[in-house]
Amino acid sequence: MRPTWSHRIPSRSALAPLLALGLLVVGPAGASDPKPAAAPDARAAKKAEHPAKEVQAMSPPFSEGIYPCSGCHDGKEKVNTARRELGFHDEQTSIFAHDAEHRWCLDCHDAQKRDELHLTNGDLVPFTESYRLCGQCHGDKLRDWRAGIHGKRIGSWNGTKTYFLCVNCHNPHAPLFKGEKETVVDGRTVVMPTLEKIKPEPRPRRPEEMRP
Amino acid sequence: MSPRPSLPVVQDPPVDLAPDRREEGVDPERRAFMRTAAAGAALASLAGCGGLSMEEFFRKHFKELSPEQLKRTLARVEASNKERFGRATTVTAEGPMEGVEFGYGLDLSRCIGCRRCVYACVKENNQSRQHPQIQWIRVLQMDKDRGVDLTHAEHYYDPATVPQEGKFYFPVQCQQCRNPPCVKACPTQATWKEKDGIVVIDYDWCIGCRCCMSACPYGARHFNLADPTLPAAELNPNQHFLGNRPRPKGVVEKCTFCIQRSRNGRYTACVEACPVGARKFGNLLDPESEIRRVMETKRVFIFKEELATHPQFYYFYAT
Repeated sequence: MRPTWSHRIPSRSALAPLLALGLLVVGPAGASDPKPAAAPDARAAKKAEHPAKEVQAMSPPFSEGIYPCSGCHDGKEKVNTARRELGFHDEQTSIFAHDAEHRWCLDCHDAQKRDELHLTNGDLVPFTESYRLCGQCHGDKLRDWRAGIHGKRIGSWNGTKTYFLCVNCHNPHAPLFKGEKETVVDGRTVVMPTLEKIKPEPRPRRPEEMRP
Repeated sequence: MSPRPSLPVVQDPPVDLAPDRREEGVDPERRAFMRTAAAGAALASLAGCGGLSMEEFFRKHFKELSPEQLKRTLARVEASNKERFGRATTVTAEGPMEGVEFGYGLDLSRCIGCRRCVYACVKENNQSRQHPQIQWIRVLQMDKDRGVDLTHAEHYYDPATVPQEGKFYFPVQCQQCRNPPCVKACPTQATWKEKDGIVVIDYDWCIGCRCCMSACPYGARHFNLADPTLPAAELNPNQHFLGNRPRPKGVVEKCTFCIQRSRNGRYTACVEACPVGARKFGNLLDPESEIRRVMETKRVFIFKEELATHPQFYYFYAT
């Protein structure tokens, strides 16, 4: 991890008030202005003067009619945490293809606080920061994503850019990339993964087809 | 080794011209008259030059234009856009930024061949839609078994969904060579390499000889064989003089890294259109940039490296 990272992507604590305001959207509206850390050298000092802002894209919508999970799982009854075949949540289990042989719901979803995820060490992670959860296993991808090599960024190559999250392209329950589509949530365009492959745009015309 | 014979013009003794054809034999007044007459004939022929104004016809090379002349030239392009499309446009000639050399990385392990980049480019850069159809990006479909093998590449692929089993996709566009064969081939200096690495074309100076097209080993240059077809409603009004301004018939055009966007700090249209994030763009001179990180940590290769064109466009495998 690069030392400058901590002030380029907002930390969890910096994100919390923003989340509360619902400001994390595609575009500069959600730009957070993280405090520059002490600069160890001239280059970092220059960077701190003109910080390239990085804005988190809006994460895709939750499955309809399911969220908030705490609507059913209120955390009061005792939870059986043994890995087993579930009789419920067919819509997720039917597509589940994420090392399905070894993993199941409660590896990522928290048994007590259902509206959050948890790391292997038990720390809670909100859904909007699921990349921290993904990065536990896919550390190389997390590193590349932070550097801007893995995944997509839009905006300005030398200024404010919006970075897409893991879940904008990968369905966490079936993460192998198939395709993505745009959808509108609360009047804002959000990119979300699909389970179908993309249809390509029309092929170019052959020279003989171009004669008027 | 025998010495190379020198060119005859250097060593031959001056030819004795017939007395009436000698320089001093011509009446100076007559010479002046001939010059004026020739200029007059040239002006008369202007009437047949597609309605070019005198200033347009005698315009200096882009690099030699004074700020005032450049301003008038841009205004003229805006006026002709208005006449041709009935829409207001902004034509700029934004120069290269200090300390910037553009680099482009394309991740072959991610590209799925959906061609969204192709159509985003067409839209952004005002390319001719049909008859002739011009597309600056060409996506080649190749066999995984063969690797990068142009003899088995297919760019008219048209399956129901992509990617196809056993295939990979290889988008090709202008590689913005540091040693550009097209620039060397141009007889009128209508194309040149800018400081930030973008190879540009002045469509007013292009005579349509297509020498650059035959010189380009990447097939990146495209010719307007007929009047470009571009619906006024689809015109992109943000234009650059050396980039996406509408072209006339008979000139060559090519990718300019979206000069009208990149020189204003924005990502190119293809970068923003790519659904898999396979396209990376940035400043090669900035050690913190994404493209530099690609160069330093990934397996990078150059297309047709053996030709020593030294492109600023790199292919890489992130996995």
